[in-house]
Amino acid sequence: MSETQGYLDMDLLRFTTAGSVDDGKSTLIGRLLYDSKAIFEDQLEAVERSSIQRGDENLNLALLTDGLRAEREQGITIDVAYRYFATPRRKFIIADTPGHIQYTRNMVTGASTANLAIILVDARHGVIEQTCRHAFIASLLRIQHIVVAVNKMDLVDWQEDVFRRIKHDFEQFASRLENLVEVTFIPISALNGDNVVDKSGNMPWYMGPPLLYHLETVYIGAQENHVDPRFPVQWVIRPQSDKYHDFRGYAGRVAGGVFKKGDEVTILPSGFSTRIKEVVTYDGPLEEAFAPLSVTLTLEDEIDISRGDMIVKPHNQPHVSQDIEAMICWFSDSTKLQPKGRYVLRHTSKEVKAVVQEVRYKVNINNLHKIEGEPHFGLNEIGRISLRVSSPLFFDSYRRNRNTGSFILIDAGSNETVAAGMIL
Amino acid sequence: MQSYTTTHLRQLEAEAMFVLRETAAQFEKPAMLFSGGKDSIVMAHLARKAFFPARLPFPLVHIDTGHNFDETMTYRDWFVEEVGARLVVGSVQASIDKGTAVEERGPTASRNRLQTVTLLETIEEHGFDAALGGGRRDEEKARAKERFFSHRDEFGQWDPKNQRPELWNIFNGRKHHGEHFRVFPLSNWTEMDVWQYIKQEEISLPSLYFAHEREVFERGGTLLALTDFITLQGGEAPRRIQVRFRTIGDATCTGAVVSGADTVDKIIEEVAAARQTERGTRADDRRSETAMEDRKKEGYF
Repeated sequence: MSETQGYLDMDLLRFTTAGSVDDGKSTLIGRLLYDSKAIFEDQLEAVERSSIQRGDENLNLALLTDGLRAEREQGITIDVAYRYFATPRRKFIIADTPGHIQYTRNMVTGASTANLAIILVDARHGVIEQTCRHAFIASLLRIQHIVVAVNKMDLVDWQEDVFRRIKHDFEQFASRLENLVEVTFIPISALNGDNVVDKSGNMPWYMGPPLLYHLETVYIGAQENHVDPRFPVQWVIRPQSDKYHDFRGYAGRVAGGVFKKGDEVTILPSGFSTRIKEVVTYDGPLEEAFAPLSVTLTLEDEIDISRGDMIVKPHNQPHVSQDIEAMICWFSDSTKLQPKGRYVLRHTSKEVKAVVQEVRYKVNINNLHKIEGEPHFGLNEIGRISLRVSSPLFFDSYRRNRNTGSFILIDAGSNETVAAGMIL
Repeated sequence: MQSYTTTHLRQLEAEAMFVLRETAAQFEKPAMLFSGGKDSIVMAHLARKAFFPARLPFPLVHIDTGHNFDETMTYRDWFVEEVGARLVVGSVQASIDKGTAVEERGPTASRNRLQTVTLLETIEEHGFDAALGGGRRDEEKARAKERFFSHRDEFGQWDPKNQRPELWNIFNGRKHHGEHFRVFPLSNWTEMDVWQYIKQEEISLPSLYFAHEREVFERGGTLLALTDFITLQGGEAPRRIQVRFRTIGDATCTGAVVSGADTVDKIIEEVAAARQTERGTRADDRRSETAMEDRKKEGYF
């Protein structure tokens, strides 16, 4: 009984894994899933059958995640795959992203919801261009916690100086990156399980915890912004029943800060002020609501509020502007970003039209050099642009708040999501 | 300074409620698929929370294969009454009678695949532009790459290679005329999460989920219930044992597991110790390596 109760008190860590093709990412994930019993016998049997049929020499753990027909046929991973496992301490969501050409787009997608990134480095090859690219994307998407897992330590005779050199090289590069709060280095052998779940006896010089213990205990409470109150209105609740005749509630997910009964609030864009009457939920009123909870707010005064409006506090307001400076990553392989191009922009619960005012620069993500004078963005390209939108957005910088600092661009013709944006 | 922490269940709940509200806001005529299985029950429970104190802003849609367990139908009617929802029933039998769906033949015939026809017909008949489903990414490998907002073309088809990327909490539900979306608020839930949540929220379930005595027989490694819709083949001998169901679907292809778990707590213990996935008991998934993907491309749930 206490065991089932224990499961109810777990928290949640979302992480993404980055690595190139042969650095053992699938093996590492396979091991985490297998050792935490998240892989079931029938899944394992299915993978064994397929591996034998394909003529793979070893059990091909990639087949656990590569479920689509085309992936199995071509031996590639097409898309971000989400995997789940839990230990008695925590539930984990892994956004597993493939290592081939579409990597950037997929890693950006996986990283957008992650609290932590595991970057795999092959101990034999050290810090390579790809490692830097992964670290850059992690910092761009504001993943505060990085684990550099130095894999295949068995192939370098478990040598401490190999590990130290990689640590040194990575730290050199990472010093040029923003947003990284914590970088942890762990020497592992995913194939043999050294320092994955249990501490390795092969590397007595390593004093830190094994990977899983780190994932279970790393502090992630600071991920949400609990300082700047932001409540984008998603949906207006009007029951129109006898019991709730005059009820008018504003449903949404707290995007930042804390909202309490009685708090004075300001509504954007109207600028009207009132007080919170109640924080309504199905289970009864709450004393306070904070990110990332989904609640319904009722207000003391009747004010005209609709989807796309934002409830904030009078003394802590977001930027309100039609001009946006942002870093973007281009996602479309069929179209390019056009200077003066027009797009649909979605930000919190708001949708507006946007026109590209200026392309400032693109970033070479392998060495962080700025490239100027190239106005078109193709697939996977990252850079800085300025946008003008059709009505004011209520935003914070992405660095301050992921929820109110992020947006997507949509092609109005195809309705495809063509870019991800992070407001500066 | 006070710490603002939330359990994994509260986070999953908040995410699902957010997705449900986005669906109501972004689409003109959404509907919620309701099978009477635990996932759709949890999803409907979350919808009650998302729109409280108002009623659900969409109807519940049951795609009825006609091969139901009595317990499922009893529960469905009770639940609809309890929630005060509107119920739309799409009948596979009606599709067969019209000639749009053709009954499979042979002793292992199932109406599972035919549900797709009826589902698409129901969506078209009522003009639904979004269908909320209780699918979870941990269920099956083809679902691991499914989106929260999953785009379907005018033929109801899913193109796994051409899915819209989903970032942060921003969902793109824009579509052309005639296209629709499937929306999966429980994408990030596991079977364990669903059971833990059922315990936490004290949600009542159809009795099929709890251990009970039933006549079953073995077919292709699956324990099937002996019902009026099944013809026994040679060598298949029914026996009466204690079983329960881990999923509830068409009675002809939903397998039972031998179990003595008759409470939610015991089921959670059983799920924690289980070494087979819940869909391991689904004969429909065993047909081929990519059976689920193939059905989904055609427009399956």
